[in-house]
Amino acid sequence: MAKARTQTIGAVRRTFSPWTDPSATPLIRFENVVKSFGAFTAVNHVSLDIYEREFFALLGPSGCGKTTLMRMLAGFEEPTEGRITLAGQDLTGVPPYERPVNMMFQSYALFPHMSVADNIAFGPKQAGMGKGEIAARVEEMLALVKLESFAKRKPHQLSGGQRQRVALARAVANRPKVLLLDEPLGALDKKLREETQFELMDLQQSLGMTFLIVTHDQEEAMTVADRIAVMNHGVLVQVDPPATIYEQPATKYVADFIGDVNIIACKVEGCFGSDLRLATSLTPHPLQVTHSGDQKPGDEVWLAIRPEKMRISLDAPDAAAGNCFEGEIWDIGYLGDLSVYHVELPCGTRIKVSQPNLSRVVERPITWEDKVYVTFTPHAGVVLSR
Amino acid sequence: MALPGSRGIGRRLVIAVPFFWLLLLFVVPFLIVLKISLSQDVIAQPPYTPLLDLSQGWAGLKDFFSQLNFDNYGYVLDWNNEFLNAYGSSLIIAGVSTLLLLLVGYPIAYGMARAPRSIQPTLVMMVILPFWTSFLIRVYAWIGILSQDGLLNQALTALGIIDTPLEILNTDLAVYIGIVYSYLPFMVLPLYSALEKMDGTLLEAAEDLGCPPMKAFWLVTFPLSLPGVAAGALLCFIPAVGEFVIPDLLGGSDTLMIGKSLWTEFTVNRSWTASSAVAVLLLIVLVVPIVIYQNIQARQLEAGK
Ligand SMILES: Nc1ncnc2c1ncn2[C@@H]1O[C@H](COP(=O)(O)OP(=O)(O)OP(=O)(O)O)[C@@H](O)[C@H]1O
Ligand SMILES: [Mg+2]
Repeated sequence: MAKARTQTIGAVRRTFSPWTDPSATPLIRFENVVKSFGAFTAVNHVSLDIYEREFFALLGPSGCGKTTLMRMLAGFEEPTEGRITLAGQDLTGVPPYERPVNMMFQSYALFPHMSVADNIAFGPKQAGMGKGEIAARVEEMLALVKLESFAKRKPHQLSGGQRQRVALARAVANRPKVLLLDEPLGALDKKLREETQFELMDLQQSLGMTFLIVTHDQEEAMTVADRIAVMNHGVLVQVDPPATIYEQPATKYVADFIGDVNIIACKVEGCFGSDLRLATSLTPHPLQVTHSGDQKPGDEVWLAIRPEKMRISLDAPDAAAGNCFEGEIWDIGYLGDLSVYHVELPCGTRIKVSQPNLSRVVERPITWEDKVYVTFTPHAGVVLSR
Repeated sequence: MALPGSRGIGRRLVIAVPFFWLLLLFVVPFLIVLKISLSQDVIAQPPYTPLLDLSQGWAGLKDFFSQLNFDNYGYVLDWNNEFLNAYGSSLIIAGVSTLLLLLVGYPIAYGMARAPRSIQPTLVMMVILPFWTSFLIRVYAWIGILSQDGLLNQALTALGIIDTPLEILNTDLAVYIGIVYSYLPFMVLPLYSALEKMDGTLLEAAEDLGCPPMKAFWLVTFPLSLPGVAAGALLCFIPAVGEFVIPDLLGGSDTLMIGKSLWTEFTVNRSWTASSAVAVLLLIVLVVPIVIYQNIQARQLEAGK
């Protein structure tokens, strides 16, 4: 059952990319939105389109303005400049209680004096639904979050995970066009968190809503989201699907923020079609990399290369193997499924290389202070100019 | 919260302290008053009998108990005497005053809780500032404000709003004004402390779910402030029932309150025993709301708040 469901999600996901379709109209548009608190600019000229049924993640370090951006969409803050539209409607001046947007609060914000059922019924009641209809909706929501037997309890009689489910049920009970989730899984342990991530994805599929999730957990964002926006200091640095963010980071900042990366300062020596020759202080030999940008000889660039995209070996590679660093093992991180080798190069710089631990017994394991060769192909890394 | 019981003698000692004070300052005096209320007036010093003479031993004790009687209660509960009316009128005046206090105090407390954090201590200070002058002087000041040629009438006449001075002093209205004025801090402070610790995101959540702010107040803020409402109401209602100074100074001759009746019984009629009976009955009347309040509190403790 679970497997079949995952597969459908997979199938849908593969074909879901309205942002590449120029004729698609976005559901939510942030148009040049600025939010200042006094002299401090929390959100700085953000333009962003989010499409219907999209699962969109806002990712960024603490204080970068994620919550502020979300609160502007919910209506708790008005943009200082720019405007936000939802399904073509300008939201400027529309109070929170008239927006078809519901929020799941980071603190859950459950009403302590109401039972679980009353908490869930709160939205439908405000929407003026009939008694029977409300009861049916509450039942449905309780079933959705698997809390049928907890309807009569008060929030303080629930565990943290159960409270979080009630908050989720309450936020979707009104069938909003957009559900905002501000670090919804922050309070959960890793296992429950991962489970809930998949439940969220299921829920989003079955309800057909647009989800906007705030998180500072990059793995979470990669797991659940169709697209991720990486924010820093109130600015959107990159908005792309998870794989693009990971494999084609736009800047050093993004490359460094998502996953592990080695960033190597280089100077362009020459361009040959789509190939660049880069000089770096890490090795006397120039590096050959594939890049489609418009670098000119003499440009300062950075080569961002992920640890798993390089090979490590005790034997010297043949000259045709491509790029190669020589160094010495400085430290090894054994993670079970893979090992991370910290290799110190002659110039003192350390780079990280990871290798899957494919077999249980290795004849000649790499250990501390071994002399090793790190090789990588021309398209293993990304050339970044920022 | 609930620590496992029987944590040794230290714990019991800590609990014993408030009980000791309660015993010394409430139970013992109450038992003395109760005893006097069951005695009879005599012209002597002290002016009642029987006296408990423990030097006679067991016989003296038996003698003492056999002489106790409920005559004073019969006297107080007799419809021909004004006491029952005074009780009723006190309860009504205290009840109405408490309602007025709520109406006046709630917006003040709400405003205080919503004010910027930095000025809240100043606001609390201002609420308790009146306590720095004598209660009696403040009530006397109201005579100067409310009397025929007082400040209020002068101001209203000068503004041309009225031609003939309003008769406020020596009416029930003056008593209400006096009680509301004097008891306001006791209403505002518990309300403020309940409203101040309320989580603002609850209101945001209510608004987010489609509830306009006014409605959110009634659905979220007010229910969550009920403990403060209960505490404030009791802090005002209970002393207001037995209030003596305010009705005596501001009320008219027909303002009937049990505190005044008790005073008359004690000083004019010089009956210690009947006034003790009045006091004991007053206490019984007041125990009812206290028990209700404690029930509410117990339920709240249970609710883990
Ligand atoms: N009401 C406010 N007044 C002044 N500054 C504010 C206000 N709200 C937010 N800020 C500031 O705006 C910046 C962005 O805040 P925001 O809450 O959006 O961060 P965030 O990205 O959600 O961070 P986190 O991951 O820690 O939740 C912060 O530096 C914060 O101090
Ligand atoms: Mg935040």
